[in-house]
Amino acid sequence: MNRMHIGKDFIPPDIHGKVTGKAKYAEDYAVDGMVYARLYTSPMPHARVKNIDAEAALAMEGVVGILTADDVYPTEAPAPALLTNEPVYVGDPILAVAAVDEKTAEDALKKIRVDLEPLPFVVDPVDSLRPKGASARLEGNIYPREMREMRWAGSDVERFVSGQEPTGPAPTEWSYGDLEAGFDNAEVVLEESFVTTGYAHMSMEPRSVLSYWQNGKCHVYGSTQSQSFVVPFLARMLGIEQKDLVFIAEYCGGGFGSKISAYPVLALPGYFSRKIGRPVMLRITREEEYYVGSARVGFQGWIKAGFTKTGRVSAVDLYIVQDLGPKQAGGDASSAGGAVSILYQPDAMRLRDVPVLTNTTPRGPQRGPGQNQIAAVFEPMMDKAAQALGLDPLDMRRLNAPDSSATLNANQGPITSAYMEEALLKGAELFNWSERIKRAGQRNGSKVTGVGVGQGYHSAGASGYDGLVRLTPDGKLHLHSGVGNLGTYSYASTTRAAAELLKVNWDNCVLHYGNTEEHLPWSSYQAGSNTTFTHTRANHVAAEDLLNKMKRIAAEALGGDPGNYDVADERVFDTRNAARGLTYAEVAARAVSLGGEYSGESYPEDIHEVTQRAVQGLAGSGLIGVGKDKLPVRGTVPGLTVGFAEIELDLETGKHEIIDFLAVAECGTVVHPQGLAGQLRGGAVWGIGMASLERHVYDPQNGLPASVGYYQTKPPSYLDVPTSTEWTAVDIADPDNPVGARGVGEPAMGSATAAILCALSSALGGHLFNRTPVTPDLIVNHVSGQGQSFDPMAINSF
Amino acid sequence: MTSNLSRRRFIKSVIASSAAGASSAAWYSASAEDRPAGSVERLVTLNINGRKRPVDVMPQETLAHTLRYKLGLTGTKLGCNRGECGACTVLVDSVTHYACSMLTHSVRGRAVTTVEGLQDSSGALHPVQQAFIDELAPQCGYCTPGQVVAAVALLRDNPNPTREEARQALSGNLCRCGAYDHYLNGVLTAAKRMRSMGQIA
Repeated sequence: MNRMHIGKDFIPPDIHGKVTGKAKYAEDYAVDGMVYARLYTSPMPHARVKNIDAEAALAMEGVVGILTADDVYPTEAPAPALLTNEPVYVGDPILAVAAVDEKTAEDALKKIRVDLEPLPFVVDPVDSLRPKGASARLEGNIYPREMREMRWAGSDVERFVSGQEPTGPAPTEWSYGDLEAGFDNAEVVLEESFVTTGYAHMSMEPRSVLSYWQNGKCHVYGSTQSQSFVVPFLARMLGIEQKDLVFIAEYCGGGFGSKISAYPVLALPGYFSRKIGRPVMLRITREEEYYVGSARVGFQGWIKAGFTKTGRVSAVDLYIVQDLGPKQAGGDASSAGGAVSILYQPDAMRLRDVPVLTNTTPRGPQRGPGQNQIAAVFEPMMDKAAQALGLDPLDMRRLNAPDSSATLNANQGPITSAYMEEALLKGAELFNWSERIKRAGQRNGSKVTGVGVGQGYHSAGASGYDGLVRLTPDGKLHLHSGVGNLGTYSYASTTRAAAELLKVNWDNCVLHYGNTEEHLPWSSYQAGSNTTFTHTRANHVAAEDLLNKMKRIAAEALGGDPGNYDVADERVFDTRNAARGLTYAEVAARAVSLGGEYSGESYPEDIHEVTQRAVQGLAGSGLIGVGKDKLPVRGTVPGLTVGFAEIELDLETGKHEIIDFLAVAECGTVVHPQGLAGQLRGGAVWGIGMASLERHVYDPQNGLPASVGYYQTKPPSYLDVPTSTEWTAVDIADPDNPVGARGVGEPAMGSATAAILCALSSALGGHLFNRTPVTPDLIVNHVSGQGQSFDPMAINSF
Repeated sequence: MTSNLSRRRFIKSVIASSAAGASSAAWYSASAEDRPAGSVERLVTLNINGRKRPVDVMPQETLAHTLRYKLGLTGTKLGCNRGECGACTVLVDSVTHYACSMLTHSVRGRAVTTVEGLQDSSGALHPVQQAFIDELAPQCGYCTPGQVVAAVALLRDNPNPTREEARQALSGNLCRCGAYDHYLNGVLTAAKRMRSMGQIA
C-alpha cells in the first residue's frame, strides 16, 4: 500500500531537545520562591509511628514546613499511601520537610525525632505462609483483591520449598478444559519448580516533582508514562477538580510500568505547596528511587506440563506464589497464565495463585508483568520436552503457535489476529536456525556454544479512547495527543494515522502533547503495549470526523453532495471537477465562521470529560475533528515476538557472551520502523537483564534492602549486550486496526529472556536452572557438580 | 577571577547568572551564609562552553550541582549522583568526567564542555547530535546528553572507531531503555560524516 506516513520514519519533535540538553524533565524546572522537600523514610521494614517531634527542625533557619500523613489524603491498606504512620518497608516515606535549600532540608531531617514501634515483618512470601509466619501488614498477609490472613500447614510449606507439587491452599484459581485428560494424552509430562526475581524498574530519571498553586489551579511538573490518563487520578489524589489541575510531563526519563498513572509522590509537592504557600520541588535520589520507584512482582512457583507424542502442549498446571511487596499489586500470576494459554494453546489448563504481601519495595507492573516471568520458565521447558520427544525446538514451537483462530485465558476468548508461525519461520530463516542449532553444545576450549529461541506475548491494544485533531486557517493540521511521552515516540507516531487519512504533509502538522494546557484528549494508559493499536484507532476516528466535516463544508460552499468530495494535496475537491475545491486553510476559515460542531462550539456527548475540556479550550480556533473510538474489536489484541540467540558460555568462569541476537515482531503493520527497532532492541536488553543479571535482595534478619544502587542491581550496560542486535517484523495487517497495527513493547523482553535462557540450557546439554537471573555462580556450581548454595525456592540469594 | 573585573561587578554578575540559572535567589542566599572561615575562595570564574562564568561555589560543591542549579545548564543530568550511570558526563579539557563526582573547585582554570556547548556558533548541531536524531538513538532521553558527550570525546581521540571501540568508549554510560544499538549506530554514522567533511572537532 502506498502510504505517506504509516511505515515510514520521521523526526519526532521532542528528540532535538534530548540531544541538545534543552529537553526539560520535571527536575529541570525552577520557579521563583521555590523551596525543596526531602523525605524522611522508614529505617524499619514495618513499624508504627508513635510520635513525631519536629520542633527543633522547624526552628532551624531556612526550614519552611513539614508534611506528615495527617496532612494528606487517607488511604486504606494496601493502597499506596503518600505518607504513612505505618511504614511497611524500609524506605517508606513517613514525612517530608521543606527548606530554602536541600542541604537545610536534609539537615532538618536529622533533627526530627520519629518514635517508631517495630512491628513484625517478612521479606520472603513463603515465610509469611508458614504456620507462625509474620504478616507484612496489620490487616493481613495475602491480597487476593482483599486483605486477609492465610497460613499453610508446615507440611505444605516443606513440600513447596523443596520444589514438590504444592499442596497449600491457593486463594485464586482459574481453569479450562479437562486437565486430567490432557495429562493422560501426554507422552511426556514435566514438573518443575521455579523462582523469578522481582527486581526494580530503576528508570534513569529519579521521579522528581515540582508543584505550585496559581489562581486556584495546582501546577504539577512530573514524570509519567501517560499524559491525559493521569489527570483524573492525580486530581482525585490532590482533592481538586480536573479543571483545576495543570499537568506537565513533556518528558519522562523512563517508566517501564512504574509511572503508568498518578503515583503517591507525584501528589506530594502539591499538598506541601498548598500547606506552606510556596512552590515545592521534591527531588528523589537514586537510592529513594529504589524505594518509591517500584519493582516487578517476584514468582516462586511450580508447573506441570504435558506434551503429546507429536509435541502438542496438552495440559498445563501452574501454581504461583506472588511476592506483591507491601501494597496493591498482583495481576502478574493471572497474566502469566494468560500468556501460557495463548502461546501454546494447551487443551486444558489450571492456574492457582497465592498473592502474598512482603515488607519489601512496593511492586507494580513492570514490562510484561507476568508474561515475561513465565516466558523465562515455560520456554526452557519447551526445549526439555522437545529433547525428550526428539523434536527440534523451533518445530516444537511452530506446532503450538497461535494463529488467528487462537483463544486465550480462562474464558478461551478470541483474538484479533496472530501469525506466530510466520514469525518463527521468518526469524529462523534470517537467523539460519537449522545450521546454528547444530552448533549447540560444541566445545572450543573452555567455551561451549548455546543456541536458543524464545517467544513473548502481551495483550497489546485497547479501545474506547478519544482522538482530537484540528485544522487551522493557516492550513496547519494540529494533532492533539493525550498520549504520554515515555520514550517510545508513540505520542507522535500514532497521530500519523490522522495525517495519513487526511493526506497532510508532516511539515504541515503541529503536535500538541505533554501539557494539559495544550488541550489534549482523553487517552489510554501508556502501558500494556496498547498505545499503537489504541491511538492509531482514536486518531483515525478523529480524522474521519474532520474529513466528513470538510466534505460537508465544501459541498455547502461549492454545491453538490458531500459524497462527491475527496481530499488530496491538502485540498478538498469535487471528484467530478477537481478544479472545484477549497484548500485546507479555506475550509478551516469557513469552519470558524460556521461555528457549532465545525469549530468545537459543540461536540459529541460520548467523549470523555478530559476531551470535552480540550475541545472547549480550542473552540473557534479552526475545524475540529473529535470522536470516541467505537470501531469494532473482535477480541484480545496480541503482541507477539520471537527472539533468537547464539551465545558462548565459558564453563570456567560461568560467564557468557551473546554472539548474535535477532528479534522478530509480530505486531501487525509496522507504523514506525525506527521506533519498533528501538522497542525490540531495548526489549532484548531488558530480557538479557532478567535472564542473567538483575538482582533484588533483602536481608531476612533485618528487612534491609541490599539492592539500592545500579552496581548492586546490575541493569545491563553496553558490555553486557551484543555489539549489535538484528530485528525484523512479519508486517501482516491486523483487521481490527485502521492502519493494521498492534503494539509490541513488552513481549520483546520476554522472548529475549527466554532465548538467552534456552541458549544457556542448550550449552549445558539441556539443564534447566528454573530461576532468574542465571548468574555465573549458578553455572559454575552446576558445572562443577557441587549443587547450588540455596534451596530450590529460596529468594534473597546471591 | 579576571583582573580587569572589579569585585562589585563580579558579585553583580554572579547574582545575575544565578537568577538566570535554575536556582532561586533563596538558594543563593542560603549558600552564601554557611561560608566556612578560612576555606577556599567562593567566588570563582569557570570556563564553561567557552564562556567565562562567574559563580559562587561552596567548597564541597560538585560540578554537576554548579552546572545544573547555578548556571542553568540542566542538560547535564543526575541519574545517580554517585558515579554509577554517566548521565552527567561532561568534558574537562577534552576528557570525559562524571560531573557528579568532581568538585567544581577542581575545574578552575580548565575548560568544561557540556552538552549545551556542542552546537556551533550558528546553532548547527554537532554531527553526533545530528546522527543521534537520524538513528532515533534516544528513547526516554535522560541518558542522552551523557551519551552525546562521551561519543564526542571518543571521536576526538579516534575519528574512525570500530563498533567494538565505540562500545567500550561509551560503556560508562548506562541506558535503562536499552538504546545501546541505536547510540552505537549514531556514533558510527557521525564518525563517517565527520571524516567525509574532514571535521574532527
